[in-house]
Amino acid sequence: MKRDGFLKRLLTTHIPVALVVLVAIGPFAWMILTSLTPSEAIVAKGVAFSPAGWGADNYVRLLGHTDFLGNMGHSLIVALGTVALGLVVSVTAAYAFSRFRFFGRRVLMLQFLLVNMFPIVLLILPLFTLMRRLGLLDTHLALIIANATVAIPFAVWMLTSYVGAIPKSLDEAAMIDGCSRLQALRRVVLPLALPGIISTGIYIFITSWNEYLYALTLGGRHVRTVTVAIQTLIGEYQIEWGLLAAGGVVGALPVTILFLIVQRRLVGGLTQGAVKG
Amino acid sequence: MSSIDDVMALEAPRPPRRRRLRRSAFLPYALLTPAVIVTLIIVFAPMVEALVTSFYDYVLFRPNAAKFVGFANFVKLFNDPVFWTSLWQTALWIGLTLPLQMSLGLIAALLLNKEFAWRGIARALVIIPWALPSVVIALMWRWIYDPNIGILNDLLLRLDIIRAAVPWLASPDVALYAVIATLTWQGFPFFAVMILAGLQGIPKSQYEAAAIDGASAWRQFRHITLPGIAPILATAGLLRTIWVANSIDVIFVMTGGGPGYSTYTLPLFAFVKARQNLDFGYGSAIAVTFTVILGAVVAVYIARTMREVER
Repeated sequence: MKRDGFLKRLLTTHIPVALVVLVAIGPFAWMILTSLTPSEAIVAKGVAFSPAGWGADNYVRLLGHTDFLGNMGHSLIVALGTVALGLVVSVTAAYAFSRFRFFGRRVLMLQFLLVNMFPIVLLILPLFTLMRRLGLLDTHLALIIANATVAIPFAVWMLTSYVGAIPKSLDEAAMIDGCSRLQALRRVVLPLALPGIISTGIYIFITSWNEYLYALTLGGRHVRTVTVAIQTLIGEYQIEWGLLAAGGVVGALPVTILFLIVQRRLVGGLTQGAVKG
Repeated sequence: MSSIDDVMALEAPRPPRRRRLRRSAFLPYALLTPAVIVTLIIVFAPMVEALVTSFYDYVLFRPNAAKFVGFANFVKLFNDPVFWTSLWQTALWIGLTLPLQMSLGLIAALLLNKEFAWRGIARALVIIPWALPSVVIALMWRWIYDPNIGILNDLLLRLDIIRAAVPWLASPDVALYAVIATLTWQGFPFFAVMILAGLQGIPKSQYEAAAIDGASAWRQFRHITLPGIAPILATAGLLRTIWVANSIDVIFVMTGGGPGYSTYTLPLFAFVKARQNLDFGYGSAIAVTFTVILGAVVAVYIARTMREVER
């Protein structure tokens, strides 16, 4: 009887779930295995499944012979800059949307939603000419501004939903106690919204880190982020899959871990607000 | 306890209150100013410039030769067979990717909604494709699809499903589908996570009542689960239509649009035109046309969301 139940659960739950998980992580796991197999061995014998065939060759080459760490530094600067710009201008906007009913509220909220929907190709060409005119091509600022086109609307919507979840009575109580509006925002709402602000910031960090098209178009030899750099690992004459896979693993790991940390809280905000994934 | 002070607070500020009212009527606009100004400068102004550029003959390395040509770029576009190919492939791209992402996401969500010991780990692992950078995904799948030593051919040959190695990304007939498979893989965790959140909002009591009434698993799914997650499916579906339509980074890195034009979508066409030929006038015209077409979907989505905001 009991074995029957177990068998049934194995067939209806454990095995199907394992298959879905395999689909989800299989390709990435394959890349990790590839990165651990020395390049010559990949061509000769294929990717090694057992630790006996593994080595750190690709990683040594990646960190020793290429400027990959430097690229990660550029990505870090761009991503942190985007987080700062995105959050600073969005927090007050979110507070205004969630606490006031004013003329033009709908139109302004719509504006931020609309911005998020526009195709990146429509923006990438004029941003390129704009940055060229301002002499900003190949600078961190250019990439921060470009990433902010996505980050600001996203942050406004996410934070509006987080701040909206904080009861209005709390700011009112603070104001009866003598706080001004802005003091209530700073002393009451901000601390309570902090978890939401942090996860929004982390999500912006992840998307900026992962961004590719702007980095490719507006960056250059001085500012080359990880995503652009990974492509250059591909090699001139022959594709170096081992090195490439190592770059992919190192470049993706920091944000993957961050993502796993915030995903739960993020889903709440995503299902309430309506934002780009 | 708090009587006299409260009464004073309520009674006293009659005259200042009006001033406060006026200040508070102004305050939301002040709070919004930074965000609005920044988006005006970095989004709306460039967008207007793109629109203007689409009416010019503007090639980047000949900036002084830029001249106003009216609708010439659009006329050229509608006579360009590549445009119609790209348009058809964009429809195919969205029409296949979206349902595939949604069904795979639904299956994953239904499974992950069951109770089992390693549910937490399974949920975390399933969303990994969502977190990975598009470039990494694209390169990873190029490696999987590699015609000579890629694992997909290897696997299929061993299982006797195919007789000879398939050049997945180099053959015009299968390249688009190969990229669609990759994008499906990248996008299904988003649906899984959204649908899972919807499933958890359906009260258990409904299933219990249905079970008592003798409803089969399929009928429970049709009459309780599906209606319960319908709003989320609609919102997530619209959102992803826009996202899938716009996403060109994966295609760009995997095939660059090739072989030939077989994996061109409209936004990719615009990007490649501008990037390789530096033809910003024509590129902008393609981008504007694509935006107008996508605008229809966006309008539906926004109407929906704004309705929810009002509630």
